[in-house]
Amino acid sequence: MLFKTKTFEDAPVVLSIEDLTVRLSGNTTAKPVLDKISFQIRAGETVCLVGESGSGKSVTSLAAMGLLPKGALEVSGGRILLGETNLLDLNASQMRDKRAKSLSMVFQEPMTALNPVMRVGEQIEEVLDTHSRVSKREKKQRVLDIMEQVHLPDVERVYRSYPHQLSGGQRQRIMIAMALILEPQLLIADEPTTALDVTTQRQILALIAELQEKHGTAVLFITHDMGVVAEIADTVQVMNHGILVERAPVETLLRSPQEDYTKRLLRAVPSLVPRQERTDKPPKGGPALSVRDLDKAYGSSGWLVNRAPTQAAKDVNFDIPMGRTLGIVGESGSGKSTVARCIMRLIDPSDGSIKVAGAEIAKLTRSEMRPYRKHIQIVFQDPFRSLNPRWTVGQSLIEGPLNLGQDKTSAMKRARELMELVGLPEDAVDRYPHQFSGGQRQRIAIARAIAMEPDVLVADEAVSALDVSVQDQVLKLLDELQKKLGIAILFITHDLRVAAQICDEVVVMQKGRVVEHGKAASVLGAPKHSYTRALIEAAPGRSWDFANFKELPTVAA
Amino acid sequence: MSAANAPVSRLQPVLGLLSLPLRLRKLGGGPMIAAIVLIIIVIAAALAPLYIPHDPLAINAIYRLKGPSEMFLLGTDAYGRDLFSRVVMGGRVSLFIGVGAAVVSVSLGLAIGLVSGFFRVADSIIMRIMDSLMAIPSILLAIALVALNGPSLWSVIAAITLPEIPRVVRLVRSVVLTVREEPYVEAAVALGSSMPKILWQHLMPNTLAPLTVQGTYICASAILTEAILSFLGAGVSTEIPTWGNIMAEGRLYFQIKPSLIFWPGLMLSLCILSINLLGDTARDLLDPRLRKREA
Repeated sequence: MLFKTKTFEDAPVVLSIEDLTVRLSGNTTAKPVLDKISFQIRAGETVCLVGESGSGKSVTSLAAMGLLPKGALEVSGGRILLGETNLLDLNASQMRDKRAKSLSMVFQEPMTALNPVMRVGEQIEEVLDTHSRVSKREKKQRVLDIMEQVHLPDVERVYRSYPHQLSGGQRQRIMIAMALILEPQLLIADEPTTALDVTTQRQILALIAELQEKHGTAVLFITHDMGVVAEIADTVQVMNHGILVERAPVETLLRSPQEDYTKRLLRAVPSLVPRQERTDKPPKGGPALSVRDLDKAYGSSGWLVNRAPTQAAKDVNFDIPMGRTLGIVGESGSGKSTVARCIMRLIDPSDGSIKVAGAEIAKLTRSEMRPYRKHIQIVFQDPFRSLNPRWTVGQSLIEGPLNLGQDKTSAMKRARELMELVGLPEDAVDRYPHQFSGGQRQRIAIARAIAMEPDVLVADEAVSALDVSVQDQVLKLLDELQKKLGIAILFITHDLRVAAQICDEVVVMQKGRVVEHGKAASVLGAPKHSYTRALIEAAPGRSWDFANFKELPTVAA
Repeated sequence: MSAANAPVSRLQPVLGLLSLPLRLRKLGGGPMIAAIVLIIIVIAAALAPLYIPHDPLAINAIYRLKGPSEMFLLGTDAYGRDLFSRVVMGGRVSLFIGVGAAVVSVSLGLAIGLVSGFFRVADSIIMRIMDSLMAIPSILLAIALVALNGPSLWSVIAAITLPEIPRVVRLVRSVVLTVREEPYVEAAVALGSSMPKILWQHLMPNTLAPLTVQGTYICASAILTEAILSFLGAGVSTEIPTWGNIMAEGRLYFQIKPSLIFWPGLMLSLCILSINLLGDTARDLLDPRLRKREA
């Protein structure tokens, strides 16, 4: 692994934050959201701010931009020095003047950060309009120039495009162009690649590095992904509960972390090396789930409409034996979720066969399907939306068993046992979902699925929305449940690290088709298809073993 | 696991109720006054038979178009009937029609809207019917319905309700369309819950808040529509006093005796103003996103 090793001791300090304290507005007794944060960023340096959700990393960046939500959070102490000026002393219009010109920001979700009804070229021009007076022709020239610099193709066309006409990566390039057109001294990037696919992420990271080199911009990069940190950081700062835990050059931090929290954070990063192959024989009997020639086409020709249908999934085949896990990996739009939803019969497959516990379910109608629902259950990605907020946890847990005709008392008793099984207190059944954290809610969602005693559990990006340490716990829980109950798991994920940790077999999908299928060790260790290889190569920090603070012994081919 | 150990939870609804007066105070005096005015009008109308000094229908040729006196608090109309008694009795009918129309249109609209939002085939048919209903001016439709069914209380309620239903259906449908995409609804499908159960238990509760608000608006507009229908002579039969037909009869004598229109008109305005104000308050409380931004 090649880390950045440049030192910045001679470079001028661009941003200096001193004893920054941020509190909830009008609440002086509560624990501060940021507690005396101090750090500096020098010209040309990339500082990565890492931490789990709620650690205060985004609050730090918003405070620097003067964008703290009014009436909710306020700075109660400290200084934010950009060059010589304390940003906290500026009034609204002076601060507005500083933004884009001296410091600018790139957000996580480029679709929501761009105005959907304005051409992207005009949106970049808007930045110029607010901060400088240049002629129309020169303005356009500068916009086209910066668009060239962020490597957008066919800039004249992109200039006239609306955000929805561009891909996620292109939109993020537009955001970067907007942020950098006035050549600010400091760029704050708040999880700018989290919403992107790995291959796109790699390009965007390379772009930021290139532009930084060219303009000497200081970058404050906020991320939760240790892989990204390993790739791009000069200096890493770890935050936890509003406190700066540790700050060190990237290699020092990853090789010899000092603080316990940093060590814990690094240990939770799943390794790209696939898990050991299970030696015990899978139980006898047919596969728990068997999928043959599954097709799903959208928008096929209908009444008055005649156009080629979009193949969301085509010729998908696999079997999962009882007690085993099969992973489907791929980027967004690869059809992995479509397959999961077809198997759950949340959408109707166009063709093919799905056998669960020996029964063919692909062609059943909704009401015919109901008796078979108990055999196959799903856990969704977003734990904040997958539980009915108006229902107590207990009500959610017994919904399925009641449908199967169980009586309420015994179902409730079982619900309490299930809470225990997924590591939550028994009395959790009387509370509402909003009283739990994301990880806890995901445990509840798993308990709800397990309550049906299914043969197959479909986990659709079930750990993608969780922090790494929580992710680790939930993966362990799934593994444990599999051992205890012998369920088969279909694990849908875009994250190769997670797939490597939990899957026995891996299916790689691209554009609705299966491009590779095999044992986890062979697919991830010695990929045959070029797409699989591209995916693995794009995984950031792939040659570093974060959990053990050293290089991986053999770099994946 | 901090949230799981936090002290909770049965006390929370109680605490919520205790903080209600505080939250109400934040709303300012307007809603308070509106509530008091409305309560007075409702009680006065509901208890009217107990205290009215005269039979509102008793014709007395000697006392035609008299001014206010001890005997006739607000004076009399062209047939010598007591205006005060007529106005409070008329309030009974007007309010009944308002509440009746609101309840009927909200419940029918809820049922149709739930079905329309969840079943795509039903949706395309139902929405075309609703579109055609909305294409007809509501007053014209109401007049036509009353003319067909005769001027009874129930036919007036029906005539007012029918044009309101499409609006409620659209509202409910839009809520259902958003919520049905939520993973918790999909999870319910995966758990084998039947469609009616999902509709009722998962989707319906989400429509209650906007429906409460819509209900108050319908109530206010129904009272107004009834008055318009009566004024046009297409309302309930003239034997039953309502604010609308008191004014309709009074308009002939407006120049001699404006109070024949003033008093029922005042009650009508106060009533509708209060209901709408309370409706706005309910909307602010139930849907914080629509609240005016605090500066």
